[in-house]
Amino acid sequence: MRDQRLWTWHVGAGVIILVLLGLHMTIMHLAGLIPLASAVPKGGAPIDWANVAERAKSAFFLITYVLLLGAALFHGFYGLRNILFELNPGAGIRKAVNGLLVVAGILLFAVGTWAAWAGFTVARGA
Amino acid sequence: MIENKGRPNRLGLKGWVVGGRWGFERYMYVLHRLTGLGLLAYFLLHIFVTSSRAFGEAAWTQAMSSVKGPVFTIGEYLVFAAFAFHALNGIRLGLVELGFGIGGPIEPVYPYRTSVDEQRPLAIGVMILAAILAIVGGFGFLNK
Amino acid sequence: MADNSVPSEIVFRVRRFDPASDAEPHWADYRLACAPGMTVLEGLKLIKESQSPTLAWRSSCRMGVCGSCGMFINGRPRLACNTQVSELGTSLVTVAPLPNFNTIRDLVPDLVPMFEAHIRVHPHIIREDRSEQQQPTGEFWQSPHQLEQYLQFSYCIKCGCCMAACPTYATDPVYAGPMPLAQAHRYNADSRDGGFAERKTPLSGEAGPWRCHFAGECSRVCPKGVDPAKAIQLMKRQLVLDYLRLWKQPCAAPIAKVPPGTKRREGIPEAPARTLGA
Repeated sequence: MRDQRLWTWHVGAGVIILVLLGLHMTIMHLAGLIPLASAVPKGGAPIDWANVAERAKSAFFLITYVLLLGAALFHGFYGLRNILFELNPGAGIRKAVNGLLVVAGILLFAVGTWAAWAGFTVARGA
Repeated sequence: MIENKGRPNRLGLKGWVVGGRWGFERYMYVLHRLTGLGLLAYFLLHIFVTSSRAFGEAAWTQAMSSVKGPVFTIGEYLVFAAFAFHALNGIRLGLVELGFGIGGPIEPVYPYRTSVDEQRPLAIGVMILAAILAIVGGFGFLNK
Repeated sequence: MADNSVPSEIVFRVRRFDPASDAEPHWADYRLACAPGMTVLEGLKLIKESQSPTLAWRSSCRMGVCGSCGMFINGRPRLACNTQVSELGTSLVTVAPLPNFNTIRDLVPDLVPMFEAHIRVHPHIIREDRSEQQQPTGEFWQSPHQLEQYLQFSYCIKCGCCMAACPTYATDPVYAGPMPLAQAHRYNADSRDGGFAERKTPLSGEAGPWRCHFAGECSRVCPKGVDPAKAIQLMKRQLVLDYLRLWKQPCAAPIAKVPPGTKRREGIPEAPARTLGA
């Protein structure tokens, strides 16, 4: 009976990703065309260390990156689960896939959040 | 109930990709799946590559140099193009699958105007916008 | 629309399979003289009369209302009785059994899984007042606007063409499929019905509309214009709003009782005596 809830969250996560990933893509790839001061505060490319460090110590980017990470992991893994389950595997494989995706999702979320937080504290302290 | 089992005749994975003379939206569904899988694969690697910034500038520079080169640049552009399509089609699907833009129940008079016909302008708009976005984004990659 | 030039001779390429004698299905070609307005069903009957008496298929009304003759004709699921040879635009007519269902023999699909999925969504009016349903005392109030909300989806003839066209149903037998889901919405949207909670049990799980990704093929092939894709998306909205607790099912339509003290107008005859029930 969970699919009703999971799908609703899937759409909600999609909306969140639309906004945040749209922002991320704009900063990373469209900054040349849309002059965004916040994209390259230290000049150069958005992925130069100076700009990365600037974003790392910003609370705004910390929160939005973690939010984007969580939403994207949920959205992507639910989509993958859909594709796999529509191939009609047996009950054992379904359980295994469910468990694997939950564990992998939590692990990856932990890794990403730790990295964002570590970057935040290191960049602020430096 | 009749117990005739019969010979299996499911289209299977072929039913996802080929099959018969399918319509426009059917292929957008296929493309949406492919771009989704591609984006997911990239995303999982992306988490690890960008997490290197927690270890300081040297780690970051090393991580960035490991993903330099024409193969990676083309790959990143494909990710951007995939995002352009997946996001815009996702907007269309979010609207349509919640029942907006497909028209309300009608008295069907042949030739039938179905919900697929009602949302066709949305679908075409999505393709055009995605193409524009992919091309515009491509300019940013030409420098690399 | 179909052009008026009808080829004088056509070839029917039919997928044959007799479980008693064949290990694998195979194609068989039959040449036929083509008459204007000839349908695929007529072609099959001609083949059975003159060339292959063992050819098997289902048909009944031959006018597109019974839903028996769903087949895979020239790459699309269609009704054989509703498909004229001239509208296919070619002199080679490929006729195969409906995909996504087991083939019992030749062009006969096993539709039992579809009907079982249909039964599981409770495709009937569910109300609390059972006695009223069995011994009706009056009509149910229903405005034309309320009728419009479900009338389109009630035209379904259960032919199975939508199920054959659905990409999800092509791989996933747990998914209920366009027909059962559209019929579930047909009853959910009916103002006389009060059974949303009961239908929610199968609909909120894996059999529900969550695996529909709006490929839209079901609506494109439906021979009656039922538009199951529309029904499924409208049902998704209803279920999401229900999950977010933003929607509650309204009371089932009340009975239109005749107000006391009314007199029948002159010249209007009484209804005939009841013939069924006590």
